[in-house]
Amino acid sequence: MSKLYTFLKYFFITFWTVFVVAPFLWAVSTSFKDFQSVNSKVTYIPWLDFEPTLEGWRVLIKSPAKGGVDIVEPYFNSIFVTCTASLISIVLGTLAAYALSRFTFKAGFVRNNDITFFFISQRIMPPIVLSIPFFIFLSTIGLLDSLLGLVVVYIVLLMPIAVWIMVDFFNRVPKELDETALIDGCNPYQAFYKVVLPNSIPGLIVAGMFCIIFGWIDFFFAFILTFTEVQLLPVKVVALNSSITPWWSLSASALVSVAPLIIVAFIVERYLSKGNLSGALK
Amino acid sequence: MNLIGEKISYRPDEQFHLNDVSFNFKKGNLYTILGRTLSGKTTLLKTIAGLLNPDQGSISFEEKDFIKIPVWERNVAMVYQQFINYPHLNVYENITFPLEQRKLSPEQIKKDVDEALKTVGLVGFENRKIQELSGGQQQRVALARSLAKKAKILLLDEPLVNLDYKLREQLREEFKRIFSEGLSQDTILIYSTTDPQEVMELNGEVIVLDEGKVLQKGPAKEIFENPSNLKVAEISNDPPMNVLKGSKNSKNLNFENISLEIPNHFKNLEDKDYNFGIRASEIKLDENGEEFEIELAEISGSETLLHLKRGNSKIIALIEEVMNFKIHEKVKINFNANKFYAFAEDEKLVSSPYGGTNG
Repeated sequence: MSKLYTFLKYFFITFWTVFVVAPFLWAVSTSFKDFQSVNSKVTYIPWLDFEPTLEGWRVLIKSPAKGGVDIVEPYFNSIFVTCTASLISIVLGTLAAYALSRFTFKAGFVRNNDITFFFISQRIMPPIVLSIPFFIFLSTIGLLDSLLGLVVVYIVLLMPIAVWIMVDFFNRVPKELDETALIDGCNPYQAFYKVVLPNSIPGLIVAGMFCIIFGWIDFFFAFILTFTEVQLLPVKVVALNSSITPWWSLSASALVSVAPLIIVAFIVERYLSKGNLSGALK
Repeated sequence: MNLIGEKISYRPDEQFHLNDVSFNFKKGNLYTILGRTLSGKTTLLKTIAGLLNPDQGSISFEEKDFIKIPVWERNVAMVYQQFINYPHLNVYENITFPLEQRKLSPEQIKKDVDEALKTVGLVGFENRKIQELSGGQQQRVALARSLAKKAKILLLDEPLVNLDYKLREQLREEFKRIFSEGLSQDTILIYSTTDPQEVMELNGEVIVLDEGKVLQKGPAKEIFENPSNLKVAEISNDPPMNVLKGSKNSKNLNFENISLEIPNHFKNLEDKDYNFGIRASEIKLDENGEEFEIELAEISGSETLLHLKRGNSKIIALIEEVMNFKIHEKVKINFNANKFYAFAEDEKLVSSPYGGTNG
């Protein structure tokens, strides 16, 4: 029984790994090929099967005037928008989540859970419902087609994720921990940043990861709310046309656009497995 | 210069968590708060610490209105029943935390922390992470942090309840030593527990709390010998004191078709109905005794707890040896009438074998 289980487990893990990694390897090898290597016959291994070239990668940083696709500017736009929006979302979301977890709010029939649900409900709606309000909103305040406008919209999208994750996290941090900090001479702000926050790093990292992922991969709002001035990476990559841009450059651009997420995943994995809070409460 | 609470009430919802509680705690003394779960022990300690504000009543300490002072300026220390330490700090940093918060000099901090570590027996564990410690050790760290603070009010909220039996016994012994050695003469120590045995061993002044109300105050011995009413008698005994509804006439005590001779301390009682109280340990197996049916027999350590039934009365007998009984088996037991308590029908103590009455 357990042998069969082990066998099946590793079988599926292997299967899944191949399933996920193979396209990446394919893209990596394609990005180093030239016209000859892509079109002549099926080739896999550099130097042996084909002569690798950096031409596909060079095209990415050349300006369109020189026959390149120039994804450098959209790349930095995406980094700026994602990081700024994630950071602000995490800061605001963490504070909101702490309040929702520790204090009791009453306003009419509204209670803490209703407020938490209000945050999360922003993500329940299909994004297309929000597109027109956002468009009108940004055009009214004159932030259409600008980085700042995108940051504002992304905060609206990302903060619910941060609140959701952090409320759940703080609810699992025993209230007695804050109380002990108060008794030990911290005022409420010190209790928050000296005791609660250092013990919330795993939660902050998970929330940060989700914010970065959702911010980075968003295509819809980046597409609708920008025209000519500002372009984000997902829009730029999708706009590349295989009849104009060669396959090797498409592969390279796809790889550079997922690279940050892979790095994020590796960093986060390390923190997630640490499990930092087990000593707080038996 | 005492910690004085007057008519404290706290009622966050429909029920009273504290109901008209008053106390006067003197420096250098040990006070135990005895009560069952949800009786308001934790609420009372949190109110003293300042984590809760009572709806009514006042607390003053050293002639200052305590309620106006925020928690972080009160200089109290508290140990929770859960083992609460700062998980991101190691043992040493955990204990220094409150001292650094008070901006003491590094030399002073080192001295206080080393002393506290020695008192709780954790020397050599300074650099351990909290997560690497056992439950008992974690609770020692929490205690060391409270001791190192040299707070004037030290609150211990059922500190042993989450430990396993062996550790609890061991730590309870150490607590007695720590309380007599490790505390200065102007500390007020307040210890809450559900366990009557802890109360007896610590032997301080006792406050019996039930449903937020103070039922009785006094030295441990007094609570044990003369519980002011049935509730106190139940709370302050483990297993709870047995209650037998019966009556006294000029010749006998009668309950469940059993007649006992009137013991000396009942001689002056009126002839009427009473609730008789008898401790589980004062019931003995006896061939010539009265017949009861066994409902349940529990063996705990070196003792056997017999849950017995006769008529409408259910009692528990504590037999001081390990014996095997069958359920529904009949046993014969003997009551020691000299150890009977008499409570009136309104549950107040009328007569006790130790001579006390409730007036």
